[in-house]
Amino acid sequence: MKYLLMVFYDEKNRNALSEQESQKLMVEALDFDDTLRKGGHFIAAHPLESVQSATTVRVRNGKITITDGPFAETNEQIGGFLLIEAKDLNEAIQIASQVPPVRLGGIEVRPIIEIDRNNIKRTWTQYSMKSASKPQER
Amino acid sequence: MRMSQEFSEQAREALEAVYRNESRRVLATLIRLVGDFDLAEEALHEAITAAIEHWPSEGVPSNPRAWLISTGRFKAIDRIRRRAKFDTVLDDVVEKLEGEAFDPTQWDDEHLEDDRLRLIFTCCHPALPRDAQVALTLREVCGLTTEEIARAFLTSAPTIAKRIVRAKSKIRDAHIPYEVPPRKDLPERLDPVLEVIYLIFTEGYAASSGSSLTRADISEEAIRLGRLVMNLLPEPEAIGLLALMLLQESRRSARTSHDGQVVLLEEQDRGLWDRALIEEGKKLVEQVLVAREVGSYTLQAAIAAVHSDASTAAETDWAEIVGLYDVLIKVNPSPVVELNRAVAVAMRDGPEKGLALIDSILKRGDLEDYYLAHSARADLCKRLGRRDEAIVSYQRAMNLARPIPARRFLARRLAELGVVVDVPVDGESGIHA
Repeated sequence: MKYLLMVFYDEKNRNALSEQESQKLMVEALDFDDTLRKGGHFIAAHPLESVQSATTVRVRNGKITITDGPFAETNEQIGGFLLIEAKDLNEAIQIASQVPPVRLGGIEVRPIIEIDRNNIKRTWTQYSMKSASKPQER
Repeated sequence: MRMSQEFSEQAREALEAVYRNESRRVLATLIRLVGDFDLAEEALHEAITAAIEHWPSEGVPSNPRAWLISTGRFKAIDRIRRRAKFDTVLDDVVEKLEGEAFDPTQWDDEHLEDDRLRLIFTCCHPALPRDAQVALTLREVCGLTTEEIARAFLTSAPTIAKRIVRAKSKIRDAHIPYEVPPRKDLPERLDPVLEVIYLIFTEGYAASSGSSLTRADISEEAIRLGRLVMNLLPEPEAIGLLALMLLQESRRSARTSHDGQVVLLEEQDRGLWDRALIEEGKKLVEQVLVAREVGSYTLQAAIAAVHSDASTAAETDWAEIVGLYDVLIKVNPSPVVELNRAVAVAMRDGPEKGLALIDSILKRGDLEDYYLAHSARADLCKRLGRRDEAIVSYQRAMNLARPIPARRFLARRLAELGVVVDVPVDGESGIHA
């Protein structure tokens, strides 16, 4: 099973850290990634830039709207994520509880849906549209 | 002809007994074998149906439980096979199910009891919302219908059904494992299990009017669950919780009057207390206290046990009760526990001492909106002859209290002080001072 661990915290808490504390957290997070790698749990992990840098894209009736800011206006925002491999929810929770920035906020654990590409049936129209939209090879 | 009729009667009785005693055990095992709640339930039903068909003519099997498990397992395999025609992913499931070594005769009680624990811990998994834990536990572990659960919790059957469906989907989609947590996680995983049981108990205990009959049943169900968990996992707090429930249950018939009014502990007819439940509860408390591993439930049970030892309220050993509250505050610091301790101090050292403590708790603002704090304050003021202060506090309590029996009780207290209060059947209270 794959799980996405979304690290949520109030950016104020993150910004309130001193340079030294911030450095310490970063090192701990990197070391934790290595621990996950060794245990065969690591798939990907990254911190994210501040929500001030967030842009939200929506498409309605074929029209694109772009707004400044995160998708949901809440006190706590996604500050980073980890994609992990875990046996079951208990193992994922166990891993989430050790992610260093968990101390700043919380971690949302979401199971990943594995799509079996071979089992997805496309109509002939869908096939033809897909090949038609392929960029021309030069 | 007569013979066969007699025999079918016998088979029917055997089946009913098996269903009553074993169906939840069989379900717990089937869930583990087939890895899915709904599939296991369907398989259980099909196995029962098969038993109704076969037992009267073929005789009751020597191990009915094993018969039901293995029949249920075959039915589940059939079902998955039928579905697999449309979904190739299920082929693997069938293969795995069939490949697993399966010999029901080798299954001793211990294996099956492990499955019951797995089921309880899964239903009370902390990743599920509390109301879903409660509904799922009553449905899957106790075998109550959604209608029965809805009646006990004064809600509608579709609401309960929705909670159960959502919880099952989460178990499946998030891969909540079907397992008893490892020793090191046990303390934190046992907590929600005990909380769910106690919540079920208090739900049936708190309500004292109207459909009181069905609500007492739900308390009984909680006690049965408490016994089950204690037998399977004799942890100190599991024993403490059972003791607490037994000791509270012992006072059930004394805590309401014929007309549904609340009767406080000090005014209860102690002759109505169920001595058998008290003795059982006390024995359990002592067992835990002697082992010196006290937790919050055990301490609450110990306090209840001290009360049950006194033949009148005046004879209560208040020093012991204050002492137990002191320990309880250390184990489980909470303003409500402090309030209860303050009341016990008032009984031990006089109302003035207790009032000073309650005022300092209220001053912190923690219990400002808790009607029992104001009602306790009013009681002490009344005892000290401070009528005006008592009225103000009773009125404050009246404005905060929701349960109708509690408001009737407060209205009675106000009436004793010469203040007439209406208690509407529902809605806001009208006070004419």
